[in-house]
Amino acid sequence: MARYILRRLAYSLVSLFLLSLTIFLFVRVTGDPTTLLVEPGASQADIDAIRERFGPDQPIWVQYWSFMASLAQGDFGQSFYYRTPVFELYLSRLPNSLLLALAAMAFSLLIGIPSGILAAVRVGRFWDRAGKVFSLLGLSLPSFWVGLVLILFFSVYLEWLPSSGSGTALHLIMPAFALGWYFAAAHMRLTRSSMLEVLGSEYIKLARLKGLPESLVICKHAFKNALIPVLTLAGINLVIMINVAVVVETVFAWPGIGRLLYEGITFRDFPVVQAVVLLGGIMIVAVNLLIDILYAVIDPRIRLER
Amino acid sequence: MSLQTEAVGLPSRFDIIRIEGFPLLPVLILGGIAFVAIFANVLAPYDPEIGSLAARFRPPAWQVGGSGEHLLGTDHLGRDVLSRLIFGARVSMVVGFTAVIVAGVIGTGLGIVSGFLGGWVDQVIMRITDTWLALPALTFAIFLTAIVGPSEMNIVIILGAVYWTRYARVIRGEVLSLKQREFVRLAIVAGCSSRVIMWRHILPNVLNSAIVLGTLMLGVVIVTEAALSFLGVGVPPPKPAWGLMLADGKKGMMVGYWWLTVLPGVCIMLMVLSANLIGDWLRVKLDPQLRQL
Amino acid sequence: MSTHPLLQIDNLSTHYVSARGTRVVRAVDDVSLRIDAGETLGIVGESGSGKSTLALTILRLLPPAARVASGRMLFEGEDLLEKSDAEMRRVRGKRIAMILQDPMASLNPLFSIGDQVAEPIRVHEGVGRAAAWSRARELLKAVRIPSPQTRLLQHPHEMSGGMRQRIVGAIGISCEPRLLIADEPTTSLDLTIQAQYLNLLRELQRAHGLALIFITHNLGIVAKMCDQLAVMYAGRVVESGPVRQIFNAPAHPYTQALLNSIPRMSDNRNRLAAIDGQPPDLVALPPGCAFAPRCPSAFDRCREAPPSQLTFGDQRTVRCWLADAGSDAADSQVRKGAA
Repeated sequence: MARYILRRLAYSLVSLFLLSLTIFLFVRVTGDPTTLLVEPGASQADIDAIRERFGPDQPIWVQYWSFMASLAQGDFGQSFYYRTPVFELYLSRLPNSLLLALAAMAFSLLIGIPSGILAAVRVGRFWDRAGKVFSLLGLSLPSFWVGLVLILFFSVYLEWLPSSGSGTALHLIMPAFALGWYFAAAHMRLTRSSMLEVLGSEYIKLARLKGLPESLVICKHAFKNALIPVLTLAGINLVIMINVAVVVETVFAWPGIGRLLYEGITFRDFPVVQAVVLLGGIMIVAVNLLIDILYAVIDPRIRLER
Repeated sequence: MSLQTEAVGLPSRFDIIRIEGFPLLPVLILGGIAFVAIFANVLAPYDPEIGSLAARFRPPAWQVGGSGEHLLGTDHLGRDVLSRLIFGARVSMVVGFTAVIVAGVIGTGLGIVSGFLGGWVDQVIMRITDTWLALPALTFAIFLTAIVGPSEMNIVIILGAVYWTRYARVIRGEVLSLKQREFVRLAIVAGCSSRVIMWRHILPNVLNSAIVLGTLMLGVVIVTEAALSFLGVGVPPPKPAWGLMLADGKKGMMVGYWWLTVLPGVCIMLMVLSANLIGDWLRVKLDPQLRQL
Repeated sequence: MSTHPLLQIDNLSTHYVSARGTRVVRAVDDVSLRIDAGETLGIVGESGSGKSTLALTILRLLPPAARVASGRMLFEGEDLLEKSDAEMRRVRGKRIAMILQDPMASLNPLFSIGDQVAEPIRVHEGVGRAAAWSRARELLKAVRIPSPQTRLLQHPHEMSGGMRQRIVGAIGISCEPRLLIADEPTTSLDLTIQAQYLNLLRELQRAHGLALIFITHNLGIVAKMCDQLAVMYAGRVVESGPVRQIFNAPAHPYTQALLNSIPRMSDNRNRLAAIDGQPPDLVALPPGCAFAPRCPSAFDRCREAPPSQLTFGDQRTVRCWLADAGSDAADSQVRKGAA
């Protein structure tokens, strides 16, 4: 198992390296870093200082080295707009995005899992076909449009829910729904196929041979086994949700890192943009690594591998 | 003796419709959107970029206050919504298809090279693919537009750069199994150069998968493009893009001007839904192996 | 021979129908069998001969694409085909039980052994958890699993294949059924364990007065375990009767070929005798007897019409035109063997 973990760790480090390299190269190669990294309206002295530090005069690996060095110290740059280190900003907004993602995940699982099970148990019949429609809609309706329509309906027409901001549970409902919508469809599909596979297995056959009532076969024997891949996916999706919530957070003015990114591009605050993207990538690589390690601990086959 | 003027036995072009499950409605919708996009100049009643301040926020014709002059109403600058939707179709179609093709060409090419040549080339390309796949597409696209600045051309290139990785993964897998097939092995043994084999033998066989992937990607690309436009980093105004219309419409929506929000969204939905349905059908018809996609 | 068999199957046919109703596979075709209480019936055949489908039909656990086209199955006098789903559920596990081939796949990896053995007892007999678990412990003892108390708390992946198969056997007899169907229970076991397991089954049978249907492709096991034998080919029973008699004088060329293909120590042949040809494709059966293409004694009539079932001798049946060319041919076969 140790060998497996070490291998995965090395993998992740390579990914992180490539990630930072990609971002670094894109900035240096396709844009003029001085215009990006310098505030609009900065003095010539400031521009010269930046040029000296990150400037195109220096060989590229030196630039990369100083880039990585500052990252390692947690220095992701300074926001022009907020005049604070971006890393601090990011950390302060992260809990909000996490809250939203958790709510959206809860919603997507509460809808996705039961409908997936229902579709599998009633395969080919009404609920299955309804599920297919739902799945299609989930893929085709952009989450931000769902959000907008929800606001139109529940805030403007019915005046039941607040249209933006955060603070109360009421504020959370619509954004969570909009964000979770796509994932509900994805989780439904995975639950359905996982359940179908489990229902075709030998131990389910034996459970039926024992004369167990069908409800027990499904709820006890099939359910737990079918849930395993779904929960794994859900774990990965949680992190993805945090990172793709940009538009939903913008629509609802939810103060998370997605909205931070939006502010970054609106105010031409490039350090913010770069940092959000970089940190998002790091987060995803880290979570994937964690999940793989978790698997190594749980799955006896990997645990026993030398 | 009468002359036979028609070739006997050639399948009519319309036979494809009788293939089981042919998604007639989606094809008509997508075709309709394409038609509208191509003939936008003729079909749109007004110039989409010029509005009359006197005619701001007019509701659609069937509502109180609406008129036949602006069938679907006007926006906050008095621009005709119907015309903007029509020209927006052009933007969506152009950006969507071009980006999908760009991503497809890059992704398929790299997938073939990576799968066929193997070794360190494969390793390098796959590491890059995995890393880029780790970055969420939307975030990555936003990042790139922040660097190079938004324009229609840039958006297409950026979307292509973000989405080619989806192709590369799948195509590489196909190539790996193709490599084991007889005709490829024969070509290798016969001494054909790698380039020739990849071009003549491998490429035609992965084309099916690439096309299916393309139709599935079309929906995703369009949604991403709409999101970019919505956030203000898509196709720059005043050119009408559906996503941009949604952003503009948000202001009016808060006071009840629903048509500015609902209508562009419906267009996006129709286009994406049709693309997905066609993609699903193609996936089942062209290659049962791809059902895992 | 008792006049009230435990299970009597008359002219049973199970068909698989393709989605559009265009292709029909006759997995079980006009099968008639009987088994008495306490008896052991062996069902022998190649893969695809219909033996597993037959077992699933008895328990009415067929997949949705299959349907019983005709026949009846009288179990203790009641026709199983007429029972409702709820009634069949009370039959399964309680009156007729089945053990499957692959014990690793049959046991749910997420639940403990105790849970899985106690489960049918709780469901069918309504006993509480403690009582069911102590019964489970007794059952594990009965199937000779050492330290049953510890084993109850363990999970399937912590046991060896042989032990898992015993546990599956324990589950099978947990509610004291009258009939136990074993579908190739020893196929996935090591040879050394097979003999032990078979002995165990025989012991259990004697202790509980079980009737046993043993589905296998291994004639050696049949010789050791079974009183009666039914040989299946392409969904039909081509020969049936007491094991001893069939082994001494097989009436059907297929049975003959099967017996010939068993290598014996006294053989001094260089090659193993195999049956020519391939098992039939059930979708495209030939018009006559299904075995005709591979039969060394086939003649014209064999290829024209499928033979009907003939009863002769002591409860023996056969489906073969050779036997039907007057019952003289069949009796002469028997006489040849006895001589």
